[in-house]
Amino acid sequence: MIEISEVSKSFNGWQAVSELSLTIKEGELTVLIGSSGAGKSTMLKLLNRLLEPDSGSIRLHGQNILEYSPQQLRRRIGYAIQSVGLFPHWTVEQNIGAVPVLLKWPKARIVERVSELLELLQLAPEKFRHRYPHQLSGGQQQRVGVARALAADPDLLLMDEPFGALDPVTRASLQQELANIQALSGKTIVLVTHDIEEALALGQRIVLMDQGRIVQQGAPRDFLLAPANDLVREFVGQSDAGIRLLGLDKIADRVRRQPAIPGEPIRSSDTLRQALSVFITRRVQSLPVVDERGQPAGVLHFADLLEPPR
Amino acid sequence: MKLLSRHIGGRLYRRRWLVASSLLLLGFTFGMPLTAPLFARLFPELDRPLYVQDSFAALVLAHLNIVLWSGVIAVAGGVAAGLLVTRPAGRAFRSALETVLAISQSFPPVAVLAVAVPVVGFGETPALIALVMYGVLPVAQGAMTGLSSIPPPILEIARGIGMNRWQILYRVELPLAAPVILAGIRTSVVINIGTAAIASTVGAKTLGLPIIVGLSGFNTAYVIQGALLVALLAIVADQLFDWLSERSQRWTPQAVAALHSGESLVN
Repeated sequence: MIEISEVSKSFNGWQAVSELSLTIKEGELTVLIGSSGAGKSTMLKLLNRLLEPDSGSIRLHGQNILEYSPQQLRRRIGYAIQSVGLFPHWTVEQNIGAVPVLLKWPKARIVERVSELLELLQLAPEKFRHRYPHQLSGGQQQRVGVARALAADPDLLLMDEPFGALDPVTRASLQQELANIQALSGKTIVLVTHDIEEALALGQRIVLMDQGRIVQQGAPRDFLLAPANDLVREFVGQSDAGIRLLGLDKIADRVRRQPAIPGEPIRSSDTLRQALSVFITRRVQSLPVVDERGQPAGVLHFADLLEPPR
Repeated sequence: MKLLSRHIGGRLYRRRWLVASSLLLLGFTFGMPLTAPLFARLFPELDRPLYVQDSFAALVLAHLNIVLWSGVIAVAGGVAAGLLVTRPAGRAFRSALETVLAISQSFPPVAVLAVAVPVVGFGETPALIALVMYGVLPVAQGAMTGLSSIPPPILEIARGIGMNRWQILYRVELPLAAPVILAGIRTSVVINIGTAAIASTVGAKTLGLPIIVGLSGFNTAYVIQGALLVALLAIVADQLFDWLSERSQRWTPQAVAALHSGESLVN
């Protein structure tokens, strides 16, 4: 979907991105991660031409992005940044409808689309439609920001630390919603973050950048099992790597189909990391598991955390 | 119906100073002859205690006319200057422009009139020049401050969702800067309503005419009649801008809070 080849960008002699090549697959959620100054935000802005590369080329759907006008390109690409990015003088409806207005959609269609998106992001349309950004909580503002990025149904979404300013609880629930939206809609998303937990929770592919170059890219599991060097090891957190690895797998993958045992059940959609926590706090060797509908789904044994049962 | 009349009543109440000063202005503009006995009582030594050479309505209109045109030119020039120095290409000119504007405002309007009259002759033109020179600074200052105080992430997102330069300007920058720009225009116009009176020294017809005639003929009644209308005009203009300014920032936290407290007051 996106082919970045040997792209470089420098600001006043400081090399932000240097000869970077990367292919982003259609329908994948790619996370660009790195410490500040690693060049990840610069890379993101090169994709919608908020910045122009000094050299190299970027292709979208096989076509060089320089062939589009910047405005046309950006209206086709959803863009979300930290919550400060809402227009303070516009209501929620006007903010979400910003791109459809630019694309000259009929008014009725915009109103309908706004309701649809507010519902998708779990904000009651009639309650929130006419509010101004300052009348919303941080989490609600960010939901509106995501809704605005989705408004014109773009097939590519760029997100620059979209959940950076939120408290951990709100962040986790918004991450979950983004993952659901992505799974349902199959949109290609490129998300920039410096939070490894966010990267592991959301990323189907993680690209770790340092000093404008890619240090390692791959699935979250590759990062935890085979870090390319000390920098990556440091980033994924040497001491927590195992725990984070457990966070990548669902209980459903390890459950044994056995008759239910007594005790408070855990849900098969939770991660093994959550299960480990329950094992430790309850001091037990096995836990009953239920599926989403609350029906018994079997038993999870402590020993099976290490590897799938045969 | 009852609710509607209450709603209108609440609005009028919030604009009571605008309503009161407008009524006073209208009253004195058209009813000044009725005050003749009062001035005769106050100044028994005067033969003619009421200025009658021109109708006050004509003077108010002429005064407004000169303020309006100088205002239009000052606003156009000031906002254009503010826009220019907040674009990437014009940023370098900002300090130069500020210096020029400060110099132009430091000339007393009387001095500008004295210099302008030999060049452009008597009448309204030298008055316009003086008023524009004097009024452009607050407008430009407001435009520069307002336009440069917009948070960069807002401008980034405006670009990022695909607005072109004009759309960013009239959908984002101008509405967000409007309260500060309006404050500058308000200062400029209110000052110029007062300053316009001296334009009568170079032959322009304004509310300064009774004042000047009164001063040179030791007729204090004329001075009071002219000054009273100039003052009322300035108050009405100030209140009008107060109203405009509130309208331009309905989206701010303070405005929304005030609206809700106002609603509970009315209901």
